Amino acid sequence: MRRTKRGVSPVIVVPALVGLAFLVLPLVALVVRAPWGSIVQIVMKHEVLTSLLLSLGTASLATAICLVLGVPLAVLLARSAHWHVVPRRLLRALITVPLVLPPVVGGVALLLLLGRRGIIGQWLYAWFQITIPFTPAAVILAQVFVAMPFLVLAVEGALRTSDRRFELAAATLGASRWHVFRRVTLPLVGPGVSAGALLCFTRSLGEFGATITFAGSFPGTTQTLPVTTYLELQRDPDAAIALSLLLLAVAVVVLVGLRDRWLPGVTGS
Amino acid sequence: MTTGELDVDFRLVRPGFDLTVGFAVGPGRVLALLGPNGAGKSTTLSCIVGATEFVGHVRVGERQLDGLSIDERRVGMVFQEYLLFPHLTVEQNIAFGPRARGGRKSEARVTVAALLERFGVSDLRHRRPAQISGGQAQRVALARALAVDPDVLLLDEPLAALDAEVREEVRADLALHLRAFAGPTVLVTHSIADVRALASDVIVLEHGSVSYRGTVAGLVNADATPYLRQLARGESL
Repeated sequence: MRRTKRGVSPVIVVPALVGLAFLVLPLVALVVRAPWGSIVQIVMKHEVLTSLLLSLGTASLATAICLVLGVPLAVLLARSAHWHVVPRRLLRALITVPLVLPPVVGGVALLLLLGRRGIIGQWLYAWFQITIPFTPAAVILAQVFVAMPFLVLAVEGALRTSDRRFELAAATLGASRWHVFRRVTLPLVGPGVSAGALLCFTRSLGEFGATITFAGSFPGTTQTLPVTTYLELQRDPDAAIALSLLLLAVAVVVLVGLRDRWLPGVTGS
Repeated sequence: MTTGELDVDFRLVRPGFDLTVGFAVGPGRVLALLGPNGAGKSTTLSCIVGATEFVGHVRVGERQLDGLSIDERRVGMVFQEYLLFPHLTVEQNIAFGPRARGGRKSEARVTVAALLERFGVSDLRHRRPAQISGGQAQRVALARALAVDPDVLLLDEPLAALDAEVREEVRADLALHLRAFAGPTVLVTHSIADVRALASDVIVLEHGSVSYRGTVAGLVNADATPYLRQLARGESL
């Protein structure tokens, strides 16, 4: 096979280019077919603005919850290196499950746990008259379920590659464990935490399957932007395209924000 | 600080590694811990600081250190790569200990200002560790360790990370600062020049046990092992 001095074989280049085209062309189609003339009008429609605000609000809250719960989980996972192999792998597998699980399955599972007749949900209803499914809270829980692994794995990667001797140095200076964690460990993995939070936010913003299953699609309360986009596709395709562009724009902004910090530690950057 | 003798006597057994060390260092004395790679020098420091468990005891005067957590031991340490916190300025690095111990901000500021002045790094106070030289980082690391007024000072190869051109100057500087420290100091090094310039007593560790114990001057006559004979000839290893 002929190869130029620094070139790559056509056997690699051709499928690589087809692969790249497959990733890019759908987005090109979206941009080409966008109703550019009426896009502002569509986005400014009341129900669209409502679902946009709902999406931004729920995704922000979901990210906050993921940070509060996910960072400690990442610490636990990173420090599990000296555990026995079985619990260590089990912990990692459990955290990774929502990443590979179809979101709709996540939605069904959440219903079975927190629905009015769910394992925990029945008691929540019996004791406190609390119903979670089909409320904004359900939207947030669905987002947390699918997005938390992104944060955990990003932070864990950063923790594993950070130099633990800084923590020892801090301890010799009289810092308690909590002080070391707050003032040394967390700042050192700061880029990993922000990358994880950004990924978590984007994943929450785009959440569809678990949301529509567990939270439904009530305008104003549970109809997030992806759900509105799906529904508009049947009613008004132009609106669906405009909303898709909006979600694409958010994704691009996040990508620019992440730059080369995409999952530090996992990619070795 | 409680000035007192540092009294170390312990044994540590790991697969393929058996370390038995015993020594005492008086207040104001500097003990050099010499030995080939893997002899257990850094592990000894790690035991004193509280990062490695062992069987035996570590005391400073009447105070028992074993059983205490690292942050309760009052053992200051200068690490080989200095380990200055990269996200903090020089000033914040030195203030880290006093602030972590819950000291008042105003008191910490006075302590830090005095140390910045004493170590000649006042001009660098707002710089980050990445923006200062190796010699400067070494001084900041020592200032940071002394800021909490430790009972004992441990130095792990404090000059090894420096270029040969600046090492002489930094070594002379370090000697002055060590003379001013009232507590016991343990210095781990490979360099016979470090020992001569900085230490008053020497322990040589080989294969997990002490092969020489005495004064720096006495090293010249030590000949029990090939390593000691090399040291006696004044060769750095």
